[in-house]
Amino acid sequence: MQNVADDRITKTGSAAESHPGGDKRFRMLETQIKRQQYRQDALIEVLHKAQELFGFLDDGLLLFVAQRLKVPPSLVYGVATFYHHFNLKPKGDHTCVICMGTACYVRGADQVLAALEEATGVKAGGTTPGNEVSLLTARCIGTCGIAPAVVYDDRVTGKQTPEMALERVKGWMSHAAG
Amino acid sequence: MLLADLLQLKDSELTARRPVTLRCCLAAGCLSSAGKEVKEALDKAVAEAGLDDRVQVLGVGCLRLCCEGPLVLCEEQGKEPILYERVQPEDATSLVGTFKGGTTHVRRGDLQHPFFTRQVSVVLENCGVIDPDRIECYISADGYLALRDALREMSPQEVIHTITRSGLRGRGGAGYPTGLKWATVAKTRSARKYVICNADEGDPGAFMDRSILESDPHRVIEGMIIAAYAVGAEQGYIYVRAEYPLAIQRLNTAIRQAKTAGLLGSGVMESPFNFDVAIRIGAGAFVCGEETALMASVEGQRGQPHPRPPYPAELGLFGHPTLINNVETFANVPPIIRKGADWFAGIGTEKSKGTKVFALAGKINRTGLIEVPMGTPLRVIVETMGGGAPDGNQIKAVQTGGPSGGCIPASHLDTPVEYESLAALGSIMGSGGMIVMDQDTNMVDVARFFMEFCRDESCGKCIPCRAGTVQLYDLLGKLLERRASAADLTQLEELCDMVKHTSLCGLGQTAPNPVLSTLNFFRQEYLNLLQAENRTSAEPAATG
Repeated sequence: MQNVADDRITKTGSAAESHPGGDKRFRMLETQIKRQQYRQDALIEVLHKAQELFGFLDDGLLLFVAQRLKVPPSLVYGVATFYHHFNLKPKGDHTCVICMGTACYVRGADQVLAALEEATGVKAGGTTPGNEVSLLTARCIGTCGIAPAVVYDDRVTGKQTPEMALERVKGWMSHAAG
Repeated sequence: MLLADLLQLKDSELTARRPVTLRCCLAAGCLSSAGKEVKEALDKAVAEAGLDDRVQVLGVGCLRLCCEGPLVLCEEQGKEPILYERVQPEDATSLVGTFKGGTTHVRRGDLQHPFFTRQVSVVLENCGVIDPDRIECYISADGYLALRDALREMSPQEVIHTITRSGLRGRGGAGYPTGLKWATVAKTRSARKYVICNADEGDPGAFMDRSILESDPHRVIEGMIIAAYAVGAEQGYIYVRAEYPLAIQRLNTAIRQAKTAGLLGSGVMESPFNFDVAIRIGAGAFVCGEETALMASVEGQRGQPHPRPPYPAELGLFGHPTLINNVETFANVPPIIRKGADWFAGIGTEKSKGTKVFALAGKINRTGLIEVPMGTPLRVIVETMGGGAPDGNQIKAVQTGGPSGGCIPASHLDTPVEYESLAALGSIMGSGGMIVMDQDTNMVDVARFFMEFCRDESCGKCIPCRAGTVQLYDLLGKLLERRASAADLTQLEELCDMVKHTSLCGLGQTAPNPVLSTLNFFRQEYLNLLQAENRTSAEPAATG
């Protein structure tokens, strides 16, 4: 698979040179790095921005960040792989995050997860073959008052039963097929 | 901004207040249930009814009873407040119609229920009252007056002395005396010091810090500035977990407003003291709640802890002395400075002063946020205030302290909630997450759930935690699949002991706690899972 930033990293010099034809997301990322004054300890902030712009962090993007911040690529890779929040693989068109915090677990989140795993055919952490849905788990999103909680495409929805979750996800899958 | 400015701002805010206020909860839980749409619908309904000069609609923070959201509190001068539950946008017209003599079918909550009446709001005093997006609202509730007192009337030593005398202990879980921590950092000689607010609320089931940050961000900032003044720091960081975007947004707004008002930056409140605050976002690592791992993360590295000593007070962020405190700890600082150490020490018990915020969740009728004085019996919290387990079930156990804590069985529900008494039962106070479990909950399964969590969150640096949590998880799985022998059970206990005593940091040291706690109080459940032929050797009288 072609890396997003393959031809970017070999170029040195100013930002304008390194974004020919302008994938302007790189310029936006560069702006963020500049805003952080190219400080090496701003690595996590920069990776957050990179993921926000590109959806996931592939090798080329990590190399780009390493070059800009003047840190070893191994360090960037080490940080990106350490934290759960950073995705090194692309996500599906829709994401479904089931909260597996204690309150949600005690209220049946595992049943919601099991139902969704069966319906989509993927285990938590995976994406359906047609790229329709990514099924993920989170360790607690802090909305325990409305447990069990599921996040459908960045929208937190509470008091979910397996039936409600299935309805939503099946809708996504058939919508993509239809 | 000087005292005169603060008082004038407070005055104009209070004068502008209209006779009727509709407070709409816009904290995370209610927001996810269409809280924002409810507020917008109410705004529109008020305008359409021509009641703009009589009724104001305010977006506020947590109104406590999260399970019944979206919540709207109606306060009319001279009348009893009314709490509306499960409000939907389409209810707005009828709700506003009540001010013109109409009626509404929207459900009313019982504000006289112990859930509300037994609460003592110290940390949460502004939550659900003020608009978190407006500094003027915070100031109208005596905001930043404590800072003014500290800067103008007290020396740094006097501030530390007040905090020490108040008896405030760290609210992050360990309960270390806050005054002592501040004194240690203050004493360390250094040209540069840091103050860090630990807002990485990683405990699953805990949402106290989240609510405080979303509902009253200025309070935390004020606490940090006072702390920085006391210890001699000029730069602060708030480390917030990435899963709390709303909190991050509200904090950013609050910091910007404080800077504009001269409460942050150079010359805080026109005094010689300088202090700046920046936000650092986490990236989903529970271990980063541990202070040395947190500092590594702020430095842009993998969140791996290092052994202590040296403690952060001596060698912390970027090698400089650092004060790290929890969100709730900082939130206690302004009222202590304003109302005095003796006032605070008058709440709570002899060794655990003040109040504690708990996030009540799980198999309980009333899930939400509560704040009670230390020493309140657990039974009052879960039965009287929480309303017991739903569907007529019996409460079996209450889990405190998250993956680092333990379960308190129903037989010990009269235990007062304070640091020492919970520790004596093999649990910890923790950050405040309180999960209630009923008779249908399998305690061995719960132990495995927590172990799975610790296994996933282990940073991998030290062997006892890295390998130990994996083995403990597998052993618990073997038990649940009924393939375990009595020897496995013995090995489980031995391994717990080893991991607890040889792990490098708090994550590994407390990972076995749920297992040990459930083994202590619910041993029978473990024994029942052993293979039949092994049961008789493990216990005197097996009933099969």
